[in-house]
Amino acid sequence: MKPAPFKYVVPDTVDEVLALQAEHEDEAKVLAGGQSLVALMNFRMAQPSVLIDLNGLTSLSGIENGGPVIEIKALTRQLEVERSATMTALPIVAEALRHVAHVAIRARGTFGGNIAHADPASELPALMLALEAEMVATGPDGERVIPAADFFKGYFTTSLEPTEILTSVRIPTKQPGAWAFMELARRHGDFALAGVATLLDVEDGRCRSARIALFGVADTPVRATEAEAFLVGKDPVGEVLEEAARITAEALNPSSDIHAPGAYRKKLSSVLVKRAVTAALNRGDMG
Amino acid sequence: MSVQETSTDAQDDLVVQVRVNGESRRGFAEPRTLLSDFLRHELGLTGTHVGCEHGVCGACTVLIDGEPVRSCLMFAVQAGGKEIETVEGLAKGAEMHPIQQAFQENHALQCAFCTPGFLMTVSALLDTNPDPSEDEIREYLSGNVCRCTGYVGIVAAVQSAAKKLRDQGGTADER
Repeated sequence: MKPAPFKYVVPDTVDEVLALQAEHEDEAKVLAGGQSLVALMNFRMAQPSVLIDLNGLTSLSGIENGGPVIEIKALTRQLEVERSATMTALPIVAEALRHVAHVAIRARGTFGGNIAHADPASELPALMLALEAEMVATGPDGERVIPAADFFKGYFTTSLEPTEILTSVRIPTKQPGAWAFMELARRHGDFALAGVATLLDVEDGRCRSARIALFGVADTPVRATEAEAFLVGKDPVGEVLEEAARITAEALNPSSDIHAPGAYRKKLSSVLVKRAVTAALNRGDMG
Repeated sequence: MSVQETSTDAQDDLVVQVRVNGESRRGFAEPRTLLSDFLRHELGLTGTHVGCEHGVCGACTVLIDGEPVRSCLMFAVQAGGKEIETVEGLAKGAEMHPIQQAFQENHALQCAFCTPGFLMTVSALLDTNPDPSEDEIREYLSGNVCRCTGYVGIVAAVQSAAKKLRDQGGTADER
């Protein structure tokens, strides 16, 4: 099980990456952490004739706290984000990262690569939806900012143009106070059968706003918009929460695969919403 | 920018220079040569085992600049200039590393195919966390698959190794 031959290029600048992408189009693949791509290449499910290794681009790594937003450069390793003191301002991020595969994968896997790969069962795309983050794409015409809600288009498909790369992610630091991140996987570190990221703004026992993002239940991560709207103005416990969980599941039509039937994933989404909202309320402020 | 073509002609292979277990080593690699294969076939370091070759089993885990990584999910050319630690670097001559001793004493291996990956992962764990709880051990080792032991002996070995290293007052690296 070895990759097919390819031409290997290590650019020093983003402009060089863009020029190579323009030149080779579909023949080229960009290599970030490689924790999905190299596995696919080992199976020869991916056989790019040109491999553009981004790991020489030090300008694409690092975390910047810009006050209202924290900007995570695309090539920052997942483990670095998980351990970052800056990210303690948004503890849901480290919590979500602990569900991404295993330490040895996160040591190499990149934050942006996970998002650009857009696996619908992956944690970070759903987290980006829940946090209402923005993706920064760089292409021949410069930077383009894409809200997370417009970024994920289908299985492994994003709104990135073939001529663009994802260069950073901007996460607003002002977030609802109560949060929880949960998933159910057959084995720890596996892709989830279903998972949820929730952020709630609760005052005097009433939900002022609610965000519920699910993964593993559709061809993209999805927001449970009907359930979110239902929760506003209500105390999200007991029968109200039961109803929100029911509304969440009703809006979903997950497909079946070798790991679980669609009906099971649907049921699981309602169970996870109940557990996550309850956990968020019990945890209190995210500080 | 550097551009390299993979070729079937060995003369066009790239020279890869790395530091492995504190020694400077060099060898040839096609761009598509996985780091795991480079270590085994080019440098003769067959202690690193190759199991699933798609990042799931953890047998090929080595440390790169101190962090555990899957050597089957990296190309050898990407490791150029990096500090690599493999299982061969643990023992000092005939004297086993405390982690290896603990694995032996606690029956933390049977067929031993997974053991090099476990040893390197445990080495990284104990470097960052000298006194891990059982939950922390199980969480950290969740990316390494053992089909023989049922993990009970492995967890006991990690606890024992942690104690040995604490008693010595050194880290897993600097004993």
